[in-house]
Amino acid sequence: MTTVEDAGAAIGRKGTDWRRIATRHGWTIGVYILLLLLILAYIWALAPVAFTSFDLKTIVIGGLPLAFAAMAQAVIVISGGIDLSLGVMVAVINVIAASLMENQSFATSLLIAVGLMVIGVLMGAINGGLVVLTGVPDIVVTLAMSFVWGGVALVIMRTPGGGSPIEYQALGTGIFFSEWIPAGAVVIALVLALVWLPIRWRRPGFAIYAVGSNRDRAYLSGVNVGITRVLAYAIGGFFAAMGGLAATATTGIGTPYAGTFITLNSVAAIVLGGVSLAGGKGGVVGPVAAAFCLTLVPSIMVFQGIDPNYGQVIQGALIVVVVMLGGLVLLRERR
Amino acid sequence: MTAVASDEAPRPGPVRAAGLFLIDRPLIMLSVILVLLLIACEITSPGYLSAERMGAILQFSAPLAFLAAGQTLVMLTAGIDLSVAATATAAAYIMAGQASRGTGTALAIAVLVGLVVGLINGVGVGIFRVNPLIMTLGMASIVSGYLTVSAQSFVTGVPLVPSFVRELAVGNLIGEAIPKSLLLWVPVAALILLGLRYSGYGRTLYAVGDNPIACRLAGVRVWQVLLVTYVLCSILSAVGGVLYVGVINAADLQLVTPYLLPSVAAVVIGGTSIFGGIGGYSGTILGAIILVVLDSLLTLLDASQAVKQIIYGSIILLLAWLYATSTKRV
Repeated sequence: MTTVEDAGAAIGRKGTDWRRIATRHGWTIGVYILLLLLILAYIWALAPVAFTSFDLKTIVIGGLPLAFAAMAQAVIVISGGIDLSLGVMVAVINVIAASLMENQSFATSLLIAVGLMVIGVLMGAINGGLVVLTGVPDIVVTLAMSFVWGGVALVIMRTPGGGSPIEYQALGTGIFFSEWIPAGAVVIALVLALVWLPIRWRRPGFAIYAVGSNRDRAYLSGVNVGITRVLAYAIGGFFAAMGGLAATATTGIGTPYAGTFITLNSVAAIVLGGVSLAGGKGGVVGPVAAAFCLTLVPSIMVFQGIDPNYGQVIQGALIVVVVMLGGLVLLRERR
Repeated sequence: MTAVASDEAPRPGPVRAAGLFLIDRPLIMLSVILVLLLIACEITSPGYLSAERMGAILQFSAPLAFLAAGQTLVMLTAGIDLSVAATATAAAYIMAGQASRGTGTALAIAVLVGLVVGLINGVGVGIFRVNPLIMTLGMASIVSGYLTVSAQSFVTGVPLVPSFVRELAVGNLIGEAIPKSLLLWVPVAALILLGLRYSGYGRTLYAVGDNPIACRLAGVRVWQVLLVTYVLCSILSAVGGVLYVGVINAADLQLVTPYLLPSVAAVVIGGTSIFGGIGGYSGTILGAIILVVLDSLLTLLDASQAVKQIIYGSIILLLAWLYATSTKRV
C-alpha cells in the first residue's frame, strides 16, 4: 500500500533522495554497519595472525543455516505470524538430506536437495494451514508443531550421522571464482535475487506486507488473507529447507536436535534486523546481516580467550538493548 | 458442539444450554479429558490406578504447575515469559551450589535469583515497553549464558540438594499417598486463585490484559502491574526449579529447560487466552496434571522418544483447537 504512495512521490523527484533512503532503510544500513564493525573486531581479535580469505569463508559457513532461518522467520513475521518450529524444521531437512545423500553422486544429491525444498514448502504450508484453519494463536500452533517436527527428526535419525558428497558440501563451504567470494554468500544472494525479490515486488509480496500491517484492511482491499498467511509460512518453509540443506553442506552430516538454538536465534536475528514483531514492517536483507552478527559475537570471544558462553549473554543483552533503543526512537518520532 | 453453539435459536434448547454450560465451565471438560487419560492408563497397564500413583502424579506435576502458575499470570496480561525455564534452572543450580551455607540461606538465594530476573523483565516490559517475547527471550539467553560461564563460582563447598528440599519434593504424608509438595502447592494455589478473584491486583491484572489503553485512561499504572506480574512469575519459576531439583536430586545447567514449552502448553490447555484477560489458574493446574499423565501414558505405551514427541505435540494442538472452536474466544 505504501509502495504506491512512494512510487507517486518518487516520480515527482529527480535524482537520488539520500534522506529518504536513510529514513526508509536506516535500520538495515545500521545492521550492515554493525556487521562491518564486528568483522573489524574479528580481524582485530585475530591479530597478530593475518585475516585471510579462509577466515571470511569461516564466518560465512558459521552463519549460513541461521541466515536462512532468519530469512524464513522474517517473511513469516512480516505477514503477522511467528513460527517457533522453524529451527526444528531446519533440523528435519538437515537429517533427511544427510541420510539420503550419504554415498550418493553429486547429481543425485542435487535432485534430493530440490525434493527437500518442496518438502520444506509443504511443511511450512502445514504450519500455516493449521494456524489459519484452527484459529489457534500462531505461537501455540507452532510450539505444538515444534514437538511434532522434532519427533519426525528423531524418527529419521536418532543420533548425529549420515553424510553428503564433497561436491555438494562445496556449495556451502567452497569459493566462487575468487577466493574472497565464499560460495555460501553467493547462494544467499542468489536465493534473495531469484526467489524472494520476484515474490516481494509482485502481488503476493504486497499481500504479505498488507496482511501483516492490518489484516482487516487487507481483507477489505480484496486480499485473500488466509491464503496469503499460508503462503508466508510456505515461503518460510522453503527458506527453512535452505537452512537445513546449508547445515548439511557446512557440517557434512545431520544433527536431529539443533533446533531450539536456531528457532530462538532466528527471532533474535529478525528483531536485530529491523523486522517489527507486530508485522508488516521490515525486510529480509537486514535479518541476514543480523544472523551473521549473532554468530560473529561468540567467535570473537573465542579469539580473545573469553569463555564463548559470554557470547550468549552478549547476544541476549544486544537484542534487548537494541529493541529498547528502537522503542525510544519510535516514542520520540511520535511526539 | 460448535454447530450447536452457533445455532441462532432465540431460546436455547437443552442441548445448546448444556453446551453453553460446558463452555462457561472449561474445568468440567478438562476433568473429563483427565479422567479419560487415566482410564487409558489403566487399560494399558492394569493396576495403574492406585493412591500411590496419584500421589506420584501430583508430585511430578508440582514443579510444572509452579512454572505454569507464573506463565498464567504473565499470559493474563497478554504477555509470555520464555525465561521461566532458565530462571528455574539458575535458581535450582545456585541453590544446590550454595547448600553448604545452610538450607535457609540457599533457599533465600534461589528466591533472590527469581526476584532479580523478574525485576529486569518487568522493567523492560513495563517501563521500556519491550515486546515480552523479545525481552524474556533475551533474558533467558542472558541468564543461561551467565549461569554456564560462572557455574563454578556459584558453587561453594560440595553441591548437593538440601535434605529439606528433597523431602519437600518427594516426601509423602499419610501412607505414601499425599506428596509433601502439596503443603507448598495448595497454599500457593489458593493464594493465586483467591488473589486473582478478589484482590485489587488480580482484577487489575485481567483488566490490563483485556485492554491496557482503557486501563491507562482509567488511571491504572499499567507499568506497576506488569512489573509486579513479571517479578511474581520469576519467583514462582524459581520455586518450581527448586522443587524440580528436589525431584531429580541432581542439579545441572540444562535442568529445567525441557519444561519451557510444557509450561506454555499447560496454560493454553487450561483455557487461558494468549491474548490476555481470559482464564485463570484452576485450568492451568489441570493442564499441568494432564500433561504429566499424558507423558506417563506414552511411557506406558513404550513409545520411543520420537513418537512420544509427535503424539505430545499433536494432542496439545488438538486440545487448543477444541478450545478455539468451542469457545470462539481464544
